[in-house]
Amino acid sequence: MNSVIKGTSYVLVHVPDMVIHNGTTQTTERTVNPNSEYLKQIKDHLRSFEQVVAYLPNQTYIGNLIPEELGKYEQPWHDKNLDNADRFGKYGEIMPQDEFIILMQMCDVFDLVKLESSFLEGTKKKLKNHPLFDDDLMQRIKAGEDVAVIKKYVEEEHAEPLYHNGNLVGCVKRAHDLDVNLNAHVMHENLVSKASNVLALLNLVYKNNINREDIDYVIDCSEEACGDMNQRGGGNFAKACAEVAGFVNATGSDTRGFCAGPTHALIEAAALVKAGVFRNVVVSAGGATAKLGMNGKDHIKKGLPVLEDVLGGFAVLVSENDGINPEINLDLVGRHTVGTGSSPQAVITSLVSSLDKAGMKITDVDKYSVEMQNPDVTKPAGAGDVPLANYKMIGALAVKRGDIDKKDLASFTEQHGMQGWAPTQGHIPSGVPYIGFCREDILEGKIKNTMIVGKGSLFLGRMTNLFDGVSFIIEANKGKSEPQSTISEDKIKELIAQALKNFASNLMAE
Amino acid sequence: MSLLQGKKVIIIGDRDGIPGPAIEECVKTAGAEVIFSSTECFV
Repeated sequence: MNSVIKGTSYVLVHVPDMVIHNGTTQTTERTVNPNSEYLKQIKDHLRSFEQVVAYLPNQTYIGNLIPEELGKYEQPWHDKNLDNADRFGKYGEIMPQDEFIILMQMCDVFDLVKLESSFLEGTKKKLKNHPLFDDDLMQRIKAGEDVAVIKKYVEEEHAEPLYHNGNLVGCVKRAHDLDVNLNAHVMHENLVSKASNVLALLNLVYKNNINREDIDYVIDCSEEACGDMNQRGGGNFAKACAEVAGFVNATGSDTRGFCAGPTHALIEAAALVKAGVFRNVVVSAGGATAKLGMNGKDHIKKGLPVLEDVLGGFAVLVSENDGINPEINLDLVGRHTVGTGSSPQAVITSLVSSLDKAGMKITDVDKYSVEMQNPDVTKPAGAGDVPLANYKMIGALAVKRGDIDKKDLASFTEQHGMQGWAPTQGHIPSGVPYIGFCREDILEGKIKNTMIVGKGSLFLGRMTNLFDGVSFIIEANKGKSEPQSTISEDKIKELIAQALKNFASNLMAE
Repeated sequence: MSLLQGKKVIIIGDRDGIPGPAIEECVKTAGAEVIFSSTECFV
C-alpha cells in the first residue's frame, strides 16, 4: 500500500547578524572589496524581528496564511504586513537569532559553541517560556564565558564569531587545528544547518502530536556536508539531528541532490515505507547561512530591505497508510534522466510526462508545487518570478499536448499554480513548501491531488553539466484495504481435496 | 551571414531561465565559437 503524509512542520530563523558575517555575497565582498559602499549600507537595510514575523510570505511559510490569501495581496509584499502576526504558526515558528544561538549550543556535542555569560543568562530566561524546550534540551546549555575568553578564541584561534545586534556574544571554535573540513567556518555552517533541522523536527512532533519513539528513520536532505579531511560529506546530519530531537528508536542517512534533494528524499521515504522496511520515516532539512543576503546587492540598490534574512527548515513525516491521510503515489514518479537534455522544455517534459502512465492529462493534476521561491526576493534581483515561469512552461506543455487550448494558458497558471512564498534557501523552496497545505487541502476535499516537483542545479558542483529533477504525486487516500491474498480459501480446499484424492488413488492402485 | 558567425562567445546561463548548454546549442548553429559556458543559480 502507498505511504501517507502524516504531518509536516515549517520553520524560519531570523538571523540578521549572520547575513552580514556569514552570507557568501557579503563574505566575498569583504575579501574582494572591503571598503565597499554595499558593506557600509547593509546594516541600515536589515529588518527587525517584528518586521520579519509580520512579512506575508513568512506567515505563509509557517502556515498562518494560506497561499490563496497571499496571492490576493498585490506585490511587492515587503511594504505590507499581516495584522496580528504571530511568531508561532500552524506548522511551525519563526525563531529570533538570540534563541537560535542557544539552540546551536544545545546541538553542539563537542564543546565548540562558547557563549558570553550575560547573553546566555538573558536568553535562557526567554527560552523557559518556549513550548518546545524541555528539561532535556535546557540541560544541554553549558556555562557562560567571559567576553575576553571569546575574543581570544576569535582573534587567536580562528574561531567563527557569533554576533547579536552587532555585539560579540559567542563563537564557534574550530574542531581541528589543520583539517579544513573541521575548521570554524565549516563547523558554524553545519551547526546552523543541524540546529535549524532540529527546530523543524521538534515542531513536527509538537504540532502533529507525534510520539518521538515511533520514528524509525530520518533522511536529511539539506545542502551541507559534514565529515573530516578523510571523508568530506561522510555524514550523518540525519542521525545527529534525531539524537537531539529525542528520536531514540531512529537511525537515518543523508540524501543530497542540490535543490531536488527533498523530492528525492521523499520518494525514498515513501518507497521505504511502502516496502515495509520502516513504518515512520521523517524527511527533514535545515537552512544555509551561505545563501543569506545572496541577492542583497540588488535589494539595496533598489532601496529595499535585505529580504534574504531568514534560514529555512522543514520536516515531513511519511507513514504507513492509515486510510485517512493523502497518499504518495509511487506509480507516477517523473525523472530527468542523463539523456533528457537541459532545455527548460525538456526538463519540464521529463517531470510531467509521468502522467502518461496513468493516462492523465496535465489538467488532471489540481495543483503543481514547483520551485516556490518568493518573487518579492527574486524579481528585484532580475531573476523573475520563478514559480510563474515554471507554471508557464507546464501550461505551454499542456497546450502542446492538446490538454488545454492556447487561450487558456493564463488561467492555467492561476488554477493550477500558486504564488511563491518560500525563502531562497536552495532546497527549502523546492516543491516541499506546499506539502503542509496540500495535506489539508486534500483532507478537506478542496483538491484531489498535487504534483511535487524538485529541480537541482548539479552543474554547481562542477562534476557534471547536467541538470536534475524528480516529481511525484500526492493524492487523496483511496481507503485502507487489506492486502489481497494470492490464493482464495476455496482454492486451498480444492487443492487439499485433490491431493487427498490423488493419495487415495495411489493407495488403491497399490 | 549570421550575426554570430565566426565570433567567440562567453555564455552565462541562468538556472531558472535559459541554461548554458541550451544557449550553447543555439549559438553553435549560428556559427559562433563557444569559449566559455556556465550556468549560475541565484536562488
